[in-house]
Amino acid sequence: MFEEVGTTTEGDLIINVGPQHPATHGVLHLVITLNGETIKKVEPHLGFIHRSIEKMCESLSYRQFIYVTSRMDYLSAHINNHACAMCVEKGLQLEIPPRAQVVRVLMDELTRIASHELWWGAMAMDLGAFTPFFHAFRERETINDIMEETCGARLTMNYMVPGGVMQDIHPDFQRKVKEFIQLFKRKIHEYDEMVTGNVIFQNRMKKVGYLSAEDAVSYGCSGPTARGSGVRCDIRKYYPYEVYNNVEFEEILETGGDSFARYMVRIREMEQSVCIIEQLIDNIPEGDFQAKTKAVLKLPKGEFYSRVETARGELGVYIVSEGGTTPYRIKFRSPGFSNLSVLDHIARGSKLGDLVAMMGTLDLVIPDIDR
Amino acid sequence: MLNEELRTKITELLPAATFEEGGDWLTVNVEPKDWLLLAQPLRNDRSLFFDYLFCLTCVDWKTHLSMVYHLSSTQYRHTIVIKSKLDSSQPGIEAVSHIWRTAEFHEREVYEMFGVNFLNHPDLRLLILPDGWEGRNPMRKDFEDPVNMIRL
Repeated sequence: MFEEVGTTTEGDLIINVGPQHPATHGVLHLVITLNGETIKKVEPHLGFIHRSIEKMCESLSYRQFIYVTSRMDYLSAHINNHACAMCVEKGLQLEIPPRAQVVRVLMDELTRIASHELWWGAMAMDLGAFTPFFHAFRERETINDIMEETCGARLTMNYMVPGGVMQDIHPDFQRKVKEFIQLFKRKIHEYDEMVTGNVIFQNRMKKVGYLSAEDAVSYGCSGPTARGSGVRCDIRKYYPYEVYNNVEFEEILETGGDSFARYMVRIREMEQSVCIIEQLIDNIPEGDFQAKTKAVLKLPKGEFYSRVETARGELGVYIVSEGGTTPYRIKFRSPGFSNLSVLDHIARGSKLGDLVAMMGTLDLVIPDIDR
Repeated sequence: MLNEELRTKITELLPAATFEEGGDWLTVNVEPKDWLLLAQPLRNDRSLFFDYLFCLTCVDWKTHLSMVYHLSSTQYRHTIVIKSKLDSSQPGIEAVSHIWRTAEFHEREVYEMFGVNFLNHPDLRLLILPDGWEGRNPMRKDFEDPVNMIRL
């Protein structure tokens, strides 16, 4: 890959960003063809953190493989586990208790806030503002503490299992979440004052990385990336799972299609997550937190697919079963993989300095892309 | 569109197609040579309008490979699954990356992991595997790699 450094026959400059570069937030290698400062082509090289999770899962049981998936999109670990657990439940035709459903949704939304906060801090840091990172992490830490109390882990939770959740919520869970919500509602405005309204920030974000609605769908974009272009694609709305059809929330849409639109979608999505949590936190039904399941799970012969909305977009889990205790084939349709594929399209013709603003708003998590 | 209507419509477009029901979505089996004939109207027909290819993958059944395409429409919200059987030793099928751009990356992944040759693909190169990879296709069932143990 190193012979790619240099100039092409047309006199264009080829430079490498990554695999070790702070702005790629992981080990992503981009080979960029430049004409002066204008980008002619961006070519991602993947695989630096490829662990072959799909192959690995083929030798793991239906209880075991969920643990591996926390390591895919590590910022949405709960939601990854959720998708897998749901897919297995679909195969077993298992109805999960109402309490588990509500706890799952609460955890998902807390994860979404935590993930968007990390994105917000890191994105501002990419553009040269260091302070927001600390502000974002301050609040994110509170969520991590809440998670730690209930799940016993801060990053790779492995809390959702086929049939429900692993253990009941901590007695302090409701109180702490409510305290956090009160605090966080004030903080969102602080974020807006600090970054969103900043003129320098807006100049760097607006009219950068334009993506049309049609291209967003064609490139398989999902989540905030597609909603920034006005595509209605929230899985929670259109293919509701668990209790999402019983809560009221708004699907955030922006029509700008530029980096700033994608930024605004994520900021406003945090408010919607708060709204969902508020509706559910006082209404956690009593009862079991896990349905009764056999010690060894066997899925019937067939194919099962589950779709959930992670912080980055649509995650699909496709299980092909031959009737045994391990999946015959498993495919994770990761949101980041499709969202990355659009980078070349939106970056062409813009300046190299803007590339960071585009990558930031695609919210790439490399382990999710490589799997 | 309901599954019944989809079924009628697709039979009109491609009489050779066979159907399976029972899963979440209607499954259509097509021959690899017919895939492109069906793919274009699936995307462009106003009443079908499957504009969102949300999953493209392959399954190794040892005797043959099976390509699986999950399509849905952002306008009508209907979903369909297309499957196509490929020969294990010489797998090849038409690329659809000019119809759904997301297929470009997904097909490159299937190409390196399963060795499926996508005809008329604009840029069929390794994506995830390191440059100069000479081993077999890692996601095939007969792939064994005792040095870098994948199986736990």
